[in-house]
Amino acid sequence: MRRDRAPGDSAAQEPAPDAVPAVDSRLLVREEGIRGYLGEFRRKLRSGELGSLPVVVAVIIIWTVFGSLDSTFLSAQNLSDLSQQIVGTGMIAVGIVFVLLLGEIDLSVGSVSGLCAAIFAVLNVLNGMNQWLALLVALVGGAAVGLIQGFFFAKVGVPAFVVTLAGNLAWNGLMLQVLGTSGTVNIPSESIVSKLYSTIFHSPAAAYVTAAVGVGLFLAASLLDARRRRTARVPYRPVAEIVLRTVVIAAIAFVTAYILNQYQGLPLALLIFLIVLVILDFVLRRTTYGRRIFAVGGNIEGARRAGISVPFVRMSVFSICGFMAAVGGIFLAGQIQSASQTSGGGNLLMNVIAAAVIGGTSLFGGRGSVWSALLGALVIGSIQSGMNIMGVSNAVQFMITGSVLLAAVVVDSLSRRSQKAAGRA
Amino acid sequence: MPEPAVLTLRGISKRFGAVQALKDFDLEVHAGEVVALVGDNGAGKSTAVKSIAGVNPPDEGVIEWEGRAVSINRPHDAQNLGIATVYQDLALCDNLDVVGNLFLGRELRRLGVLDEVRMEQRSRELLNTLSIRIPSVRIPVASLSGGQRQTVAIARSLIGDPKVVILDEPTAALGVEQTAEVLDLVERLREHGLGTILISHNMVDVMAVADRIAVMRLGRNNGFFDKRSTTTEEIISAITGATDSAVTRRQARKREEER
Repeated sequence: MRRDRAPGDSAAQEPAPDAVPAVDSRLLVREEGIRGYLGEFRRKLRSGELGSLPVVVAVIIIWTVFGSLDSTFLSAQNLSDLSQQIVGTGMIAVGIVFVLLLGEIDLSVGSVSGLCAAIFAVLNVLNGMNQWLALLVALVGGAAVGLIQGFFFAKVGVPAFVVTLAGNLAWNGLMLQVLGTSGTVNIPSESIVSKLYSTIFHSPAAAYVTAAVGVGLFLAASLLDARRRRTARVPYRPVAEIVLRTVVIAAIAFVTAYILNQYQGLPLALLIFLIVLVILDFVLRRTTYGRRIFAVGGNIEGARRAGISVPFVRMSVFSICGFMAAVGGIFLAGQIQSASQTSGGGNLLMNVIAAAVIGGTSLFGGRGSVWSALLGALVIGSIQSGMNIMGVSNAVQFMITGSVLLAAVVVDSLSRRSQKAAGRA
Repeated sequence: MPEPAVLTLRGISKRFGAVQALKDFDLEVHAGEVVALVGDNGAGKSTAVKSIAGVNPPDEGVIEWEGRAVSINRPHDAQNLGIATVYQDLALCDNLDVVGNLFLGRELRRLGVLDEVRMEQRSRELLNTLSIRIPSVRIPVASLSGGQRQTVAIARSLIGDPKVVILDEPTAALGVEQTAEVLDLVERLREHGLGTILISHNMVDVMAVADRIAVMRLGRNNGFFDKRSTTTEEIISAITGATDSAVTRRQARKREEER
């Protein structure tokens, strides 16, 4: 994320006394200010470091197309609903992002999400277990399922694709077993699971305060980091750049808050999703554990030689993926207020993998971010919402979603190829 | 050299099934000395290195570290003693930046969080003291040249303050300019008082930087040479195991023809 550049203000431009410029004279150095920003942007585009640009463009196109076809698509109500609907898919996609970072795939997340929803419904609704305890059992169950699959992958050496494909069927069978003869278990609307999905903070202040806190934290963290870097005499982001980035983030945050307030307010599900994203982003980019995930995804042998326990990283990542599948399953169950034999089936698996890849996480491992789950889920959710409004049949929806996934993978493959050509992969 | 060797190998033997890969192998490495380990393919260079690095512990023989006998059974033991190994495949993570690679597996932390600032600071210091020229410590290793990647891999081995560094064919895949960069770095390791074991096929490189040359042949020592009092021909004949080798024959024939 962070780019090296010469310090911006004149005070810091004097080189440190003992600093030997460790820079090759042939290196293209970024220019200062906005021009430098644009130049860097162009260079990245050419060399295939697309990042989240394709997905942002995709969202804009999708919204423009559906908005012009039917004005209800861009209404506050539809966008608010959309922000809730993407949470279930998005949560599962976050787990997929972790697995993709290792360069692996988990094909069982759909079944696992359905299984965990069924576990909660049967324990709480049919057997009267305390709802918090039932929720805990369901989530731990998801993590355990992931751990089992991770064990067969990391310790036994079965390819992850096969383990999770087998799991996809087996966990689906277990779900049917758990549901038993009842088939469908309705979850009452006062249940914690329903409330997790349907609660909305009606006060306009809630959305604005959330936006303000998020932007404030980002600004404070950026400024603190820049100050530490400056005192340590390493390249840092100039204040102008920090302000620019903060303004962009603030604009997105407050416009979102405004739109949500136009309808009913800030949905709890969206708030939880954002908090989960911030926490897991922190884990991936700022902790030793996250660094190890990237290392294993980049070069297994290199990670092993550096003393990293590759089996531990693999098993824990599959466990996280199972856990996130359970979380997503709970939100999906809350959305339809039931757990049934079709939970976690249909095109859910395709959608979550598509969301993670469309968002910009590479299928080839080592490159990606949890935010791609949000962006990708937004693309998938927008397409489905738009097509539902237009009354497009399921048959066509499947074909379009499939095409979008293929397009995302093509972009990923092509950008990897041009990154290689430009010496960045 | 008057002071005792940092690392001494005495009578090291290693068998793989029916193959005696190493037999009564001796080696000494002093501080501030570059020892080149040369030999034909299959002469046992890699086996010797792996027994030092703890990858394949030897069957017999004594390894002494600063004068006392030690046992190196795992790569970890070697690292703890202060032996760093840079393998031919480098094992860098292409997707991580230079700082991430340098500190991989021993990240600096502050309050449980990665201390990127201090790691970046120390990376720059380390690269500067070794005069390693890298465009930026924050670009992915994938975008570095082969020589730069090699220097990053060597720099990484120095993060744990080792006393002996083993370089496995560091110049094998490099061009002229990049080879020069790496050889410069090897000389700087010597200036910093590290003992270096350099495995190489390239006699020019070996004669350029090594102080002593240990020749291996068929799993055994086949002579130690001091760089100042030997010639490439002498070493090559030790490698091939005969003064009467193809090279010397050709040379003899040429001399005949000239006459």
